[in-house]
Amino acid sequence: MKPAPFEYAAPRSLDEAVGALAGGGGDAKVLAGGQSLIPMLALRLARPTLLVDINRLPGLDGIREASGMLEIGALVRQRALERWAVSRSPLFAEVLRHVAHPPIRNRGTVVGNVVHADPASELPAVLLCLEGVVVARGPRGERMIPADRFYRAPLTTALGPDELATAVRFTLPPAGAGWGFAEVSRRHGDFALVGAVAVLARDGNGTLGPARLAFFGAGGTPVRATAAEQALTGQAPTPERIREAARAAAAGLSPDGDIHATAAYRRRVAATLAERTLTAALGRCGGPR
Amino acid sequence: MTHSIRVTVNGQEHARAVEPRQTLADFLREDLDLTGTHVGCEHGVCGACTVLLDDEPVRACLMLAVQADGHRITTIEGVAPADGGLHPIQEAFWARHGLQCGYCTPGIVMSTCAFLRERPQPSREEIREMLAGHLCRCTGYHFIVEAIEAAARALAPPPPRRP
Amino acid sequence: MGAKYFGASVRRREDPRYLRGEGRFVDDIKLPGMLHAAFVRSPYAHARITAIRTEPARALPGVAHVYTFADLERWMKPLPLFGAIPPGLSARVAVTMRQVGQLAMCRDEVRHVGEIVAMVLAGSRALAEDAAERVQVDYEPLPVLADVIAAAQPDAPVLYPEWGDNIALSFRTGFGDAEAGLREAHVRVRERFTIPRYVGMPIETRGVIAQWDPRDGTLTSWNGTQVVHFVQQGLVAALGLPPHKIRVIAPDVGGGFGTKANGYPEDLLIPAAAIASRRPVKWIEDRREHMMGSAHARAQVHDIEIGARRDGTMLAVRDRIWVDLGAYNSWGIVLPYNTVAHLLGPHRVPSLDVECLGVVTTKTPNAPYRGAGRPETVFAMDRIVDRLARALGMDPADLRRRNYLTEADMPYELHIPYRDGNPLVYDSGDFRAGLEAALAAVDYPALRAEQARLREQGIHRGIGISGYVEGTAIGPYEGATVRLDPSGHAVVATGACCQGQGHETSFAQIAADALGIPLEWVTVVGGDTAAIPFGVGTFASRSAVNAGSSIHEASGRVRDKIVAAAAALLEASPADIEVSDGAVSVRGAPGSATPLAAVIRAATPTFARPGVTELDFEATVYHHQPTVTYTSAVHVAVVDVDTGTGAVTLRRYLVAHDCGKIINPVIVEGQIHGGVAQGVGGGLLEEMVYDEQAQLLTGTFMDYLVPTAMELPDIETVHLEYPSPRNPLGMKGIGEGGAISPPAAIANAVEDALASFGAKVTRTPLGPSVVLGLLGES
Repeated sequence: MKPAPFEYAAPRSLDEAVGALAGGGGDAKVLAGGQSLIPMLALRLARPTLLVDINRLPGLDGIREASGMLEIGALVRQRALERWAVSRSPLFAEVLRHVAHPPIRNRGTVVGNVVHADPASELPAVLLCLEGVVVARGPRGERMIPADRFYRAPLTTALGPDELATAVRFTLPPAGAGWGFAEVSRRHGDFALVGAVAVLARDGNGTLGPARLAFFGAGGTPVRATAAEQALTGQAPTPERIREAARAAAAGLSPDGDIHATAAYRRRVAATLAERTLTAALGRCGGPR
Repeated sequence: MTHSIRVTVNGQEHARAVEPRQTLADFLREDLDLTGTHVGCEHGVCGACTVLLDDEPVRACLMLAVQADGHRITTIEGVAPADGGLHPIQEAFWARHGLQCGYCTPGIVMSTCAFLRERPQPSREEIREMLAGHLCRCTGYHFIVEAIEAAARALAPPPPRRP
Repeated sequence: MGAKYFGASVRRREDPRYLRGEGRFVDDIKLPGMLHAAFVRSPYAHARITAIRTEPARALPGVAHVYTFADLERWMKPLPLFGAIPPGLSARVAVTMRQVGQLAMCRDEVRHVGEIVAMVLAGSRALAEDAAERVQVDYEPLPVLADVIAAAQPDAPVLYPEWGDNIALSFRTGFGDAEAGLREAHVRVRERFTIPRYVGMPIETRGVIAQWDPRDGTLTSWNGTQVVHFVQQGLVAALGLPPHKIRVIAPDVGGGFGTKANGYPEDLLIPAAAIASRRPVKWIEDRREHMMGSAHARAQVHDIEIGARRDGTMLAVRDRIWVDLGAYNSWGIVLPYNTVAHLLGPHRVPSLDVECLGVVTTKTPNAPYRGAGRPETVFAMDRIVDRLARALGMDPADLRRRNYLTEADMPYELHIPYRDGNPLVYDSGDFRAGLEAALAAVDYPALRAEQARLREQGIHRGIGISGYVEGTAIGPYEGATVRLDPSGHAVVATGACCQGQGHETSFAQIAADALGIPLEWVTVVGGDTAAIPFGVGTFASRSAVNAGSSIHEASGRVRDKIVAAAAALLEASPADIEVSDGAVSVRGAPGSATPLAAVIRAATPTFARPGVTELDFEATVYHHQPTVTYTSAVHVAVVDVDTGTGAVTLRRYLVAHDCGKIINPVIVEGQIHGGVAQGVGGGLLEEMVYDEQAQLLTGTFMDYLVPTAMELPDIETVHLEYPSPRNPLGMKGIGEGGAISPPAAIANAVEDALASFGAKVTRTPLGPSVVLGLLGES
């Protein structure tokens, strides 16, 4: 199980990297953490002619929190964000312990996970839930791609073949907001069969401020439950209303079946997890994010 | 086409030319004859090939040798002290029957080295969560968990003396 | 003999090298000029090969050879077959059996995905894989057999046309009048249970290296196998060389579990390639090859029925069994008959009627894996026993109490022969005592009370029990040569092969005690045909009893020679000679202590004198084990089921077991833990999944799910000891036991947890999607 041959470039600047990608004519691939790409190479499911290793690019390894945004550079390992999150973001800390295992998270990058676009992966759904953006750099310069326009199909995004994602930005939940995260996987660290992430805030009147809910493992891309969010926003958060919103959100999904779970299972459990995450988020309102 | 790399493995520097497609695991085993790093799946799941890259555990099958250029690597061969004894973690695995066939063992020992540095007094649950990144087919993990607990105790600094 | 080491939890002597990364596995061996092999494997489950074009592969730089069947035809004899019907069995049971030996490389037809069609030798594995991709094979697809029940139908397409159907094996056996028993029963329950394909999956894959020495016509092959002598015999048949010209070595082996006790095409192809190419050849199976090319296991369907009186007394069991053999019936009687012989296990049942069909399908061949028929049959039996308890309104523990055999019943004969043809007579044990020990250890009444309490809080906890009796240590023999070197240190050579069970320690414990020397003086050599000419190998929980007894007896004979020499040297009666700690002494004469080396020196002739005895401190014993010893255990599983997601959490797992006298308690415990983990895998996670085209869908470790430390609890153990009268040390086998009961115990626990939903568990693995499906549309 050895990769097919390929050329390798380790550019030292962003321009050089973008140039190398463009020169690869669509058969070049970006190598960052490599934790998804290298298995595909080994299995010869991916056969790029050129790997552009961005690990030597300067300035991409920063985690920056500013004005309600969390920006994570393309070389920030998942483990680094996890360590950062321990004291600053229980949501990210909880999410990241479900992403594979420490040796994978030590190499795997946050941005790489987000742009790999595995529909059963946790971080893309978090990006969607937290109304994030992907910062992309290409031959024509830099552009921001909002998460809700980023995911197109399994392993397919709005990123062009000559574009490099240099960072992702998450909009941090407002002060006082609560979060919920839940997934079912066959084993700890496996991709989820189905999962949900939710953020809720109460406004002053005992009703809900803007609610956010996203699913993973519930279709070809991560899915945001916009209608359910709207149904909750501005309402009093009763258990019945949360259950109803969760059911409605799940009813709108079109998950696939595979050897580990049927489509019907995913839809049914999406409702359960939506209810659990929304309820958990409600319970955490006013606590640490 | 090959690429020249320079890596420090277990404190010793090596300069080699490698093909881009060669994984770090194959490089260690074939080019440096460090066969203690075992290959169990070549797709990053089993954890047998885990080594330390700049002191952090990584899958040597999910990294290209060319990417290790300029980095420091520790393999199982670099864990025991030079005097021929065993490291306290190895000693604990021995004392607690934390291995059977020994194939997954090097990867688990490497992860444990980093884990106990970061978390010197882990709970059993934390040990199990860390271990979940390694497949062992012989032990059922029970004695590995106990071995890691014992290693943590052995590595703990002695309690401060009373004045 | 003083038992200084036997029974002690001696630290394993092999561990330091493994812990330092200094183990020597097949893949760690490098020979000068070595070529690397990669295989072209069939992407079809069943097809005719109409053309193979190897030129594009040969043209690639770095490629040395590309071989097809035609290129290696002179060596392409059918692979060895196992599981012939012994006379004692055929005298009692009418078995119809057909076996066709697999060709190491397909000639014109492929019968499962992954079967080998061509081989490439190149300067590196990567190059060999590049070339293998370029070999062009034209296939004409043929009808597939993906489902065992469908394949057994008379109208199914036939895999071997000369057979007329796909039934490779069939028999019916039993005792008593099951028909009458079922008729008289107050309660009868019946169900179809399916045991999926799940496999051994050692973390080290298989691997073979071969080196041909044309100077003296010898072949050396390093093979990560459990059965070096079987591999040697296969090579003898195919290569036409005498056995002593073929040396097979199993170096350190990274787990076997039965998967590596099978005969494989690569065992022959790599040596044949080494001879044909006159270069050393190495092949290390990759994980994807392992999934499709290494033997699969389990894969049975049972239609089982049980009848009992109102008070729970069992009257009869009837079962119809389909064993999915995969594409080749290489193991003959072994799996089907093991299944039948172990069906009743610890229960007293006066009548049995069982029919068993072994059916070929177009899937990877089925071979013994840790338990070999027993996990399957125990699943069927313990599931139907739980159903019976439900139908009777009895607690499943009470129903078992009523029907389990006790020590007073021993020896207990089941009136069918064992697989070895000898009478099936349980030698020792007390199964009800095992049950009580398990129930006491988990505090069963408290568990039930807690279950009820949790149910009120909406937590669905379940408790499952499973018990088995296992024929272990199947013979007919294993051997050992024990010999002293001039210093009095001993080398023990045995046909048993180690894959992590600690032979270098346990066997040394036996030898050191019997010889009277320190443990550190013993070196154990296994897995090398040059070390001992006859051998069987390590599988079927057989090595402690078979090899251990040989080592014990051979060491005793060497000790007799020491005693004779010491008596001559010290001018004492042999009866007064003591050997201990590597020295001899005359009883009651302190100061007579003489190092063993001095005794050996005295037996060594000099110019001045002959030796005091013959210079011979060596003995070989092939211990004959006509039939098995019976190990038993009761397992208890405690699970929580999340009825919102179907997720099952294994909270507790306890094993109360008897394996007779124990050589090394901590090693035995480790064997149980590992077996349980594999059984839990079968219960919750593991299955080789095929689609309706018999395409394998579980091709990587991302699809075939081996349990991690997070899916397993600590494993609690209770030891009971009922020595076997069938070997001098009273031992029984323990290698497989842990793996037998977990699927049944877990399934029983899950059904128990979901009793209020009327859930019916009929198959494993119990993944969340399956479990939620059991709840219906509630």
